[in-house]
Amino acid sequence: MEIIAALGELGLGERLLTTPAALAAFSCDGLTAFTARPCAAVLAESTAEVVATVRACHATGTPFVARGSGTSLSGGSLPVAGGVLIALNRLNRVLSIDPESRTAVLEPGVINLDVSRAAAAHGLAYAPDPSSQSVCSIGGNLAFNSGGAHCLRHGMTANHILGMTVVLPDGELTTLGGPSREGLGPDWTGMFCGSEGLFGIAVEVTVSLIPIAEATATFLAAYDSLSAAGDAVSAIVAAGLLPVAMEIMDALAIEAAEASVKPRYPPAAALLIVELEGDRDTVAADTTALEALIAVSGAVSVTHTADPEERALIWKGRKSAFSAVGWLAPDYIVQDGVVPRTQLGRALAEVEALSAAAGIRVANVFHAGDGNLHPLILFDGAEAGALERAEQLAADILSMCVRLGGSITGEHGVGVEKRAHLPLMFSPDDLTLMGEIRRSVDPGELANRGKMLVPMAEGTAA
Amino acid sequence: MIATVDSVAAVQEAVLVSDRLLPVGAQTKPALSAVTDPGTVRLDCAGLSGISAYDPAELTLTAAAGTPIVELADALAAHGQYLPFDPPLAAAGATLAGTVAAGLSGAGAQRYGGLRDFIIGVEFVDGRGRHVHGGGRVVKNAAGFDLPKLMVGSLGRLGVIVAVSLKVFPRARAHRTLAATFASPAAALDTIGVLNRGPLALEALDLTSEGRLLVRLGGDDGTLTALTERAEATIGTACERIDGPEEAAMWAASAALTALRGNGDRASENPSDSDAPSGDLIRIPLTPPQLPPLSTALTAAGARHRFSRGASVAWAHWPADRTLTELSDRLADLGLGGQRLWGRPGPPLLGTVPGGPFADRVRAALDPDHRFPEL
Ligand SMILES: Cc1cc2nc3c(=O)[nH]c(=O)nc-3n(C[C@H](O)[C@H](O)[C@H](O)COP(=O)(O)OP(=O)(O)OC[C@H]3O[C@@H](n4cnc5c(N)ncnc54)[C@H](O)[C@@H]3O)c2cc1C
Repeated sequence: MEIIAALGELGLGERLLTTPAALAAFSCDGLTAFTARPCAAVLAESTAEVVATVRACHATGTPFVARGSGTSLSGGSLPVAGGVLIALNRLNRVLSIDPESRTAVLEPGVINLDVSRAAAAHGLAYAPDPSSQSVCSIGGNLAFNSGGAHCLRHGMTANHILGMTVVLPDGELTTLGGPSREGLGPDWTGMFCGSEGLFGIAVEVTVSLIPIAEATATFLAAYDSLSAAGDAVSAIVAAGLLPVAMEIMDALAIEAAEASVKPRYPPAAALLIVELEGDRDTVAADTTALEALIAVSGAVSVTHTADPEERALIWKGRKSAFSAVGWLAPDYIVQDGVVPRTQLGRALAEVEALSAAAGIRVANVFHAGDGNLHPLILFDGAEAGALERAEQLAADILSMCVRLGGSITGEHGVGVEKRAHLPLMFSPDDLTLMGEIRRSVDPGELANRGKMLVPMAEGTAA
Repeated sequence: MIATVDSVAAVQEAVLVSDRLLPVGAQTKPALSAVTDPGTVRLDCAGLSGISAYDPAELTLTAAAGTPIVELADALAAHGQYLPFDPPLAAAGATLAGTVAAGLSGAGAQRYGGLRDFIIGVEFVDGRGRHVHGGGRVVKNAAGFDLPKLMVGSLGRLGVIVAVSLKVFPRARAHRTLAATFASPAAALDTIGVLNRGPLALEALDLTSEGRLLVRLGGDDGTLTALTERAEATIGTACERIDGPEEAAMWAASAALTALRGNGDRASENPSDSDAPSGDLIRIPLTPPQLPPLSTALTAAGARHRFSRGASVAWAHWPADRTLTELSDRLADLGLGGQRLWGRPGPPLLGTVPGGPFADRVRAALDPDHRFPEL
């Protein structure tokens, strides 16, 4: 093949993989229901290698997919069959930290949690904290504008990316944004974030850092219904408090967490986790206010703690919820539709009704403060038709989210998985324009072809 | 030529019939709404006005392009909420879309972030006259390209914004400002650094060209006392405490950019009076380490200035007797760029201006017939 020959010229040695056995490891991402076999994988170790690989793809008209840690839940880093996979996880150096500017310059393969680890010496931290933060990469976070439990106050990944160097889909290297928190001219950086790899590959990323919070208080309140927990969230917002995180888990999710990481949650139909963060006086005042609010919210029990170990255990239970449902069923699909937060109660009731009607169990853990649902649809892939039925339920849940005024995805991205649902949210004109922007940047639709938008190559215009 | 529109359909029509056009709002930033080519139609969008959705429990708001910022601020204040990016020039009549297109955040952005951190949805008419939208009305949304962010700082050159959705936050109930004077702006830099990295979430952290450091605190009556003591201990130098209406008026004047207006010899209170021989107002993004050289360069040119957002941005008045070319060269020498808000005719962006092939390609898709002016 022409592309293999072209890559062979790059002197990559053993970092050019072409055998089926070597490529098997890259055949899917976190959404294991989809698999594809690339013709080659390049384990890049420098920007120059990324540029050369992309140029070779461009010259031969070969689609390519960038891959960070491969934890995408929507098929974002699923290879294009016969295309090239560019693995970036070896580009994992923290290039510099500037405490005066509160910024760090990173290679794309740096693991999310390693940014905060490196910044800690300066009393700083990197705010976005997807549950996968101990393994996922900054490049993947950037491409998917990933969220996390603490988005409520701190925002998503794009809010913390100030500038970047990118390799465009024809191999041209360019810089967007810069080190300042203020922008100049159109926010090209913001536009590149969340583009799911369709605009090329970020090879150097400047992120903003925040001071490590001086005080933190984590509340754990148990309720006898999901709606009571949801109402408590509304009451907290209405009272003018701004916690950094508000998360809810239902009985099934609690059961799964207890079966795996044993966070010692109180038994409940719903658990509400609320975290306050800030200077010690503000957190003390907010703690008093929050105690009073929860006391009248119908909670069955409530505790709060500032102890780092107890807090870590509470979050461990929450952040491992996805993998923990593995204890409940052999397979699951996780959706991440968003509804306006005042519609949470209604949305949860509809999820329950849809789940009952389909006869499929659904565990709920979600970013309640953001209205971002994470229904975990449980099934057994070995059972004939089970995957299809689960996918149908997932689609029904997404339609419901859009009907209530929300979105099909809050943070996991469209990928291959939700591509067919994008027209629920966007008009034909909207999608045509997005397709035109994509093809203006990448006329050959080589970068991550088939994700988010339907490529021209597949017939119907995006 | 000015054309007025009061509906999205009229905007679409105007885009399709005009070879060259530029949307304008209340023209509080005349350098951005000025056109060099007399054939360019200026599209007055003030008629597209009004809040279409605001539910305090959602902490989100949607309004039409020409809605005055003041109207938004009043509606939010009735529920103890505010626009955390603190848009400047509200009192002068700035509109929502004008603020978004100009990409402007104010001193209050120190606390929670700037405009790009609070925009969640946008509707606009592109260069082919299509009414398109990006983002949505919920606070979290990863579907499709982030067109809302693209419109931040688009200067009316990527499309005609017709509506915007924003995230909002509860506002601190009480404020206090501490003022301390340093020998020069550079002498205050260490203190700014310590405050930027410190535990207190400040409402604003500004510094004037005279070396006066302004630290704005926010909380409730209970926490403000504790915050004051801690901030004063960090600042070290004797602090003046400013409270109440005087404090509010001080920040209102800063948002109106009053001190950076005119030559001082001519009390031009009307920033849209672009004929006034009063120099230019320019916004310069930077990082704290860039403060000393920039302050030196501005001072040498006799340019009054103010650093804001913990030395993330400078606002400067460039005197009328200095050329824009000189300003542009000075900024480029320092690796900086700037955006003019008012002053003599000339380009809106100066110095090192971002762009490059990605910008060119996205722009080609949004405005293939070059109806909007160059960036
Ligand atoms: C258990 C679990 C929990 C999760 N929790 C969360 C959560 O709380 N919040 C959340 O938002 N997500 C969550 N995710 C999803 C996932 O972790 C995120 O989407 C993450 O950002 C992906 O990072 P990655 O390095 O694995 O990227 P990959 O999966 O390797 O890639 C993701 C996408 O980014 C592209 N890409 C990667 N690097 C680059 C680059 N340098 N330049 C351009 N494009 C690039 C890829 O082509 C692909 O399209 C979770 C996943 C798992 C498995």
